[in-house]
Amino acid sequence: MGKYAARRILQAIPMLFLVSIVLFVLINIIPGGPLAGRGQVRHMPPEQVALLKRQFGLDQPLIVRYVYWLIGNDWTRIDTDGDGIPDDYGDGKGILRGDFGLSYRTRRPVQEAIGYYLPNTLYLMSITLLVVALLALPVGIISALKQYSLFDISITTLCFMGQAVPEFWLGLILILVFYGVLENPLTGTPLLPAGGMYTIGAEFSILDWAKHLILPVTMGAVGWVTWYSRFLRSSMLDVIHQDYIRTANAKGLRKRLVLYRHALRNALLPLVTIVALDMPYLIAGSVYVEILFSWPGMGRLYYQAAMDRDYPVLMAILTLGTVAVVFSNLLADLTYAYLDPRIHYD
Amino acid sequence: MTESTFTAVETEALPSQSMSRLIWKRFLRHPGAVAGMVVLSILILAVLCAGLSPYDPEATDISNRYAPPSRQHPMGTDALGRDLFTRVLYGGRVSLAVGFSVVLITLLIGVPLGAISGYFGGWVDNILMRITDASLTLPSLLVLILLSAVLREVNSPVLEKYPVLTIAVVIGLLSWMFVARLVRASYISIREQDFVIATRTLGATDLRIISKHILPNAVGPIIVESTLGIGYAILEESGLSFLGFGIQPPTPSWGNLLSNAQMYMTRYPWLAIFPGFMIFLTIISINYIGDGLRDAFDPYKVMKGTGRKNQA
Repeated sequence: MGKYAARRILQAIPMLFLVSIVLFVLINIIPGGPLAGRGQVRHMPPEQVALLKRQFGLDQPLIVRYVYWLIGNDWTRIDTDGDGIPDDYGDGKGILRGDFGLSYRTRRPVQEAIGYYLPNTLYLMSITLLVVALLALPVGIISALKQYSLFDISITTLCFMGQAVPEFWLGLILILVFYGVLENPLTGTPLLPAGGMYTIGAEFSILDWAKHLILPVTMGAVGWVTWYSRFLRSSMLDVIHQDYIRTANAKGLRKRLVLYRHALRNALLPLVTIVALDMPYLIAGSVYVEILFSWPGMGRLYYQAAMDRDYPVLMAILTLGTVAVVFSNLLADLTYAYLDPRIHYD
Repeated sequence: MTESTFTAVETEALPSQSMSRLIWKRFLRHPGAVAGMVVLSILILAVLCAGLSPYDPEATDISNRYAPPSRQHPMGTDALGRDLFTRVLYGGRVSLAVGFSVVLITLLIGVPLGAISGYFGGWVDNILMRITDASLTLPSLLVLILLSAVLREVNSPVLEKYPVLTIAVVIGLLSWMFVARLVRASYISIREQDFVIATRTLGATDLRIISKHILPNAVGPIIVESTLGIGYAILEESGLSFLGFGIQPPTPSWGNLLSNAQMYMTRYPWLAIFPGFMIFLTIISINYIGDGLRDAFDPYKVMKGTGRKNQA
């Protein structure tokens, strides 16, 4: 399996290069360039805009910019003061050496911004995933065991509703109800906060942080819970109709043991793949949740960067996202092979 | 056709002529799907008749801003006194048009690619599937935001004149892969069947086999996937418009209506409730229809003939 993993990683490398070139070209053909996103540029004389362009290195051909992005520009002289003459060595190390460049907006390293926003997204998404697992597992199992019962039918209907509800509208309605309408009976303030990770200026308290989690986690979890529980239900139904389950029941094994030891373990196999495939969300977060609840995470960073045309930030998040997708695919295949001895890779 | 001949058909051979009829009959046995069909038809009809509304979707009435729902304005009015019901209907035109166009685009790309890939196999398949895999690797919402940001800046009169088509192409370019994979899988399993080999022996060209002989047999899953695809596309368009990257105001779409509602939502909740509810209603109808179609097309169900809703 180590060999298989190595081969898959080797195969992924050219694909990642290809995807990064496509993304890089896409971003850089945005008319107006990054300067168009800066309000003050509109009031600048053209020679000053040209100067800025040279300082940002935007006068260079696309291919040169891509090479700088990839391997850095500390090996060649670049035009730092914008007079059109290369004068000093660059200080970009390039993405291959872990340097995502400087943000056009803040002129600070992109990895600094990611280091700040990524933990917030990981925090929100891992709690969301935990809630999803805690809800989806029992719901999926019970629905399958009590197929066509009242519980199963109501859950099926709820799942249909949950899958049809647009995530951003659900968030709006949650804010409307828990922030706009419902009040804390003791203080008369809104029941739940409508944004942020904690109350700004207040002293740290777990309760405060937890309160700020409830709405965004609910918004993010609904789609996932319906999807996972449906999935688990159908894979559970597949399993419990198989012969070995009948055998286990027939030889008088306790129901509970048949259920958890024999049925559930096999029914969970396909779910593991699905969960592994969703791992990129842990890094990229949900743009809708983070926008709506002013969550200082990766989704909002990306949204802001798209608004500002902050190319290095956009490229960094897109690259991280693509790498995450590739590796979660690999992870899904490997865990599946590891958990299911019937599958061989060679 | 009476019920008794129907069951006879079900257990014995299926004459190809009545296949579509059979599927239709099975579809009608799915209450959710029928309900979804009815609701969606009403929605489409309402949206098409938007012109009958006494209000202009873009006519402002400053003296009547933020009016709550009433008999004159069933969904209230917005920040500029425009009738929300009329705007929701016009917005529905945009959202539904995007939904249907996206599916058309994904079919136009996905079906030929999948068919060629699955039918010919070998290096053709290898190249096409690598392209498909690479496209699937893109984090789609992020790229969607990026592409719409790119196109928003292109000052082309064509793009400005056809914003719906533009957004549909963008979404379509990021969703054809699912259709392509599905079609490929069907072609791989069908191409080895005896009737295909027989047709080839009789001298049929590849193009003829692909389009006339295999395609009709692969159409079930394509229809199901396309139906559900309309829903995904509508969700994606409204999400993009909600973020401000899709359809630009004053042209209403369900997404940008919601986006405008955000700021004063707690004071004027109707602005947020109605457009979102329309999206919800549309998607749930489409999902039920898709579910019904999946059951109706599932040949396995004919064998069992239980008449009950299938597993999964």
